[in-house]
Amino acid sequence: MKLHEYQAKGVFADAGIPTPASELADSVDGVLAAAGEIGYPVAVKAQVQVGGRGKAGGIKLVESDEEAREAAESILGMDLKGIHVDQVLVEEAVDFVNELYVGVTMDRGEGKPVAMVSTRGGVNIEEVAEEDPDAIVREHVDPAFGMHPYQARKAVYEAGVDRAVANDVASVLRTLYQLWDDKDGADAEINPLMVTSDDEVIAADAVMNIDEDALFRQPEIAEMEDESASGDELEEKADEYGFDYVRLDGNVGIIGNGAGLVMTTLDLVDYYGGAPANFLDVGGGAKAERIANALDMVFSDDNVDSVVFNIFGGITRGDEVARGINEALEQFDEIPKPVVVRLAGTNWEEGLEILNEDLVTVEQTLEDAVQRAVDYAEVEA
Amino acid sequence: MSVLVDDDTRVIVQGITGGEGNFHAEQMIEYGTNVVAGAVPGKGGQEVHGVPVYDTVEGAAREEDADASVIFVPPAFAGDAVFEALDAPIDLAVAITEGIPTQDMARVNKRLQEVDTRLIGPNCPGIITPGEAKLGILPGNIFSSGNVGLVSRSGTLTYQVVDNLTDRGLGQTTAIGIGGDPIIGTDFVDALELFEADEDTEAVVMCGEIGGEDEEQAAKYIAEYMDTPVAGFIAGRTAPPGKRMGHAGAIVSGSGTGTAESKINALNDAGVPVGDTPEEVADAVEDLL
Repeated sequence: MKLHEYQAKGVFADAGIPTPASELADSVDGVLAAAGEIGYPVAVKAQVQVGGRGKAGGIKLVESDEEAREAAESILGMDLKGIHVDQVLVEEAVDFVNELYVGVTMDRGEGKPVAMVSTRGGVNIEEVAEEDPDAIVREHVDPAFGMHPYQARKAVYEAGVDRAVANDVASVLRTLYQLWDDKDGADAEINPLMVTSDDEVIAADAVMNIDEDALFRQPEIAEMEDESASGDELEEKADEYGFDYVRLDGNVGIIGNGAGLVMTTLDLVDYYGGAPANFLDVGGGAKAERIANALDMVFSDDNVDSVVFNIFGGITRGDEVARGINEALEQFDEIPKPVVVRLAGTNWEEGLEILNEDLVTVEQTLEDAVQRAVDYAEVEA
Repeated sequence: MSVLVDDDTRVIVQGITGGEGNFHAEQMIEYGTNVVAGAVPGKGGQEVHGVPVYDTVEGAAREEDADASVIFVPPAFAGDAVFEALDAPIDLAVAITEGIPTQDMARVNKRLQEVDTRLIGPNCPGIITPGEAKLGILPGNIFSSGNVGLVSRSGTLTYQVVDNLTDRGLGQTTAIGIGGDPIIGTDFVDALELFEADEDTEAVVMCGEIGGEDEEQAAKYIAEYMDTPVAGFIAGRTAPPGKRMGHAGAIVSGSGTGTAESKINALNDAGVPVGDTPEEVADAVEDLL
């Protein structure tokens, strides 16, 4: 789960990381009031979860009421990479002499946390990582002990951070690690961490992604979830139903169990000349209601011309799946789109006995099921 | 005939009184697995499917001389359950649970380096030696005994590929589902090492997916150390960059590594044929044998 910038900044500030004075606003008047309170110049920053907000016109530096009004009018209500902007952060513009990068994430290859520092902040850090990997100093952390103070200092010295601010940057890095650890972070980043002419360090941006699997023990973070953050109604619906769902641009709807098998089904649709409309994993052990919800999801996508259901039961049972398909389809006088079903594994025979074959096309193998769905989609399209 | 488990393996089921633990303990016993105990805090003294339940894994291991444990414990408590198995100690722990917080697994990973236990999973279907023992949730009926080893990051994809193999008479020595999480115990290289050392395994199937660099590392290992031929499959060719496709691990960063293409290329370079479909993987295995 991704926090908005203002939310992440709040979390960082509470932990003692210096952040600029700022206020959230959702109207032009709100922006003017906030700017008046903070004092010009201020930055007006769209609160949407996309990269490259600045380049897309979502961040503006303003020096007067007039400019603030213009910025507020242009940013509030704009569509930024497909997401509607409802809120802006009005923030003190920091006069800086240097921009640094600090971050913490899980290094999956090593299986342990890694803290990162670079003096090349303020730019796309993924690009830096690719072009000049040595420009980012990496320090692995033992998750049992946490980040020792010396490790933060070592990383900061190695990165070549100005000596005048080295201790403060090390302290920010260590606090960031602690936050990442305490809040079950996936990534925590400050880019840029600005250095002022008075040798102060200030977090001018804040990124915090939380491990979804750990939200059960982070109730305060879970409450911050913005259901409309993805800007896609279907993806929001999938969140409500608790599905792993990704919308794609084809016309063959795909429902399956297990990420690997669903991805394989997508690949096969492509292999047989079709185009997948979505990735939808109902997960392990899905009961009838969940299956019905999955069908509702896929039927809600106007692009879908046919649906292929690919279930290989292990923990999931074929009879439950069949009941769910029947339940979902029996509500319709006419089935909205042709549905092809392939059931295998646990209780598949029971499933096929239960399945109402007047409503669906049954295929025995994965290959046949996918081919049939691709054929149906072509006829429809 | 197998790696890691056989009909002598004495198995504990952690979480045997829960819904999944209970159902799959029964399935494992029916399959012929030597399930000797359950372990559930506070439920010691009960009996489930004719098996005694202990309060601790240590107690179960000691009293029943067990050497393996299968973990069906909800995600919030599963990290602790894995630690308990490692400290019991147990030779082999198989964690089925999906959704264990990654930081819990980082701590488990650290502990694994200090003990002799082998961990399989988490978020995996388990391990099966057809006709002898299954530790996990794999549907036993699709497997058959033979000379093909199988290792996979995805549960249901494992079933699919096994189905294609069994269908044409290609039985398996052992199938290991290593799980799709970012931090796992046994990885591809570990599993390939086991199959390389097993005299009965004459070919290996490796099923990977987008995300991470485990397949690329496996390719290096195959090129350098393996005499046993390997066939591969990689799921996620059509996955768009930057999107998380189900598994925490199945995300393409867009930085050139971790894509289906880079994995397929790495495997091809190591002399591993990679099928476009599960059916083609079975074809490749037939050619290799």
